[in-house]
Amino acid sequence: MLFFPTVYIIIFKYIPMYGLQIAFKDYNLFEGMFGSPWVGFKHFNQFFQSTEFWRLVGNTLSLSIYSIFVGPILPIFLAIVLNYLINNKLKKTLQMVTYAPYFISTVVMVSIINQFFAIDFGPINVMLKKMGLAQIDFLSNPDLFPHLYVWTGIWQYTGFNSIIYLASLTGVDPTLHEAAIVDGASKLKRIWHIDLPSIQSTIIILMIMSVGSIMSTGFEKIYLMQNNLNLRTSEVIDTYVYKIGLASPIANYSFPTAIGLFQSVIGLLLIVIVNKIAQKVSEVSLW
Amino acid sequence: MVKYHSRVNRIRINKSDKVFDVLITLIAITGLLIVLYPLMHVVACSFSSAKAVQSGRVSFYPVDFSTQAYEVVFDYKDIWIGYLNTIMYTVVGTTLNVVFTILAAYPFSRKDLIGRGIIMKIYVFTMLFSGGLIPSYLLVKNLHLLNTSWSLWLPGLLSVYNVIVMKTYYQTTIPNELLESAQIDGCSNRRFLWSVVIPLSGAIIAVMVLFYGIGHWNNYFSAMLYITDKSKYPLQLFLREILIANTVDYTSLSGSEIKELLKKQEMKLLLKYSLIVVSSFPMLCIYSFVQKYFVKGVMIGSLKG
Repeated sequence: MLFFPTVYIIIFKYIPMYGLQIAFKDYNLFEGMFGSPWVGFKHFNQFFQSTEFWRLVGNTLSLSIYSIFVGPILPIFLAIVLNYLINNKLKKTLQMVTYAPYFISTVVMVSIINQFFAIDFGPINVMLKKMGLAQIDFLSNPDLFPHLYVWTGIWQYTGFNSIIYLASLTGVDPTLHEAAIVDGASKLKRIWHIDLPSIQSTIIILMIMSVGSIMSTGFEKIYLMQNNLNLRTSEVIDTYVYKIGLASPIANYSFPTAIGLFQSVIGLLLIVIVNKIAQKVSEVSLW
Repeated sequence: MVKYHSRVNRIRINKSDKVFDVLITLIAITGLLIVLYPLMHVVACSFSSAKAVQSGRVSFYPVDFSTQAYEVVFDYKDIWIGYLNTIMYTVVGTTLNVVFTILAAYPFSRKDLIGRGIIMKIYVFTMLFSGGLIPSYLLVKNLHLLNTSWSLWLPGLLSVYNVIVMKTYYQTTIPNELLESAQIDGCSNRRFLWSVVIPLSGAIIAVMVLFYGIGHWNNYFSAMLYITDKSKYPLQLFLREILIANTVDYTSLSGSEIKELLKKQEMKLLLKYSLIVVSSFPMLCIYSFVQKYFVKGVMIGSLKG
């Protein structure tokens, strides 16, 4: 039974890893993957010394660190709110509505962003105008791009991400709460001393997993949100690899593969290191 | 006894908790509005007149009610080509996904699988490290899958994460005694999977269909990489052309009146809103029906595999 899936994994997951060797070669179409000459670390050196290097790594890291640290706050908050809502109808509605944006496709999401923040007819700018404030060009201002990217992501995924925290909140031993109630603890105190410590390990595990993807960002959304004016902060490693490797008219495979390999290796190292640290500090580990 | 009871009650409804309850309700309503507003705005715009949208007069309700935007969408041939292609890619793709996921997950759930630990490691490693964009593209190219449906089905055929979720489900819901008694009756593994395991896994299969299905429905990136033939474009690629790149293909419209209409800038803008509604509606509908399973699936996933 396991035969077909395993053959699949080897062909579609491990052969591309074997194909990573073109990062150390000068790939050309006529000689193929095996015939092309070895060039060692040439492409890596070229990347490290290029003027793009710091901009790409800087943009990638700042976008992902921003979303890793701001991202979980609202889902945890929402899970607590859901857990303590007395009105059951309101709870159901809130769940239904906040999960819904998860199902919107990236293309549609970016289009909604474009319409919503548009300078002349977008509701945000219309509101600013009514309040007598200056209008803001959200879409082409490179300094606002990270905020726009991260906060629209939060809007889309807070509901979905809260499910996991809600699940671990409902798993909290009810006798703890009963004891606290008898002792006269307020709900706020119970959240702080019972709920948050109980979901701590869930929070840490999700953090470790997100650190592993620190070098890769939401390519699909960023690529669609890019325009000539915001490229200074919106060009990340993923989009750059795609543009010079596959979207350019001259087939150039080795250099972008080297960049991609650099990215994957750093990601792998980070997840191993962070997991070690978490293991030492809080005895929570992925494996 | 009575005295004691009333004291407990007094503690329960202390003042700060009352304030807390009111506050939580207010926060919940605010959150609800923040998520709902952009969605309502899009729907409201799609039913408004082009002039009202362009001048920014629409917020929560349609202004100068009109269905013009929808007439344009229904006349736009590309959209319906995309729709049909996407339905085909989604149905076949999801079926393949689910079959392969079961084939991998069930053996992993059995303790008597030889070499289980090592094979599992081979699978899990692919979650942490991958060949990346260019080598994967070259593989698809070398297998001559470019511009075929297989290029959309094969590269993402199996999600190791989903295999782990499903494996965990089997381990927790199908008792070992069931297998033992079936084996005593001379039941083969294949038969056991087909007539015992699969009938018992309706809920988890629903979850998998939902997750893989959304992936196919919303996918534009692999189609952008692998599909060059416009008649094979999925819906999302056509959407990208119109919504993001702002290009309208006039040859795709049949009515000459509508062609004239679309030449106006504000009509192009209005078209976007109705397109967003038309393309997102099926997924949101399915979601509201299977919401129960959806939450359950994420919760199973949160168990450590």
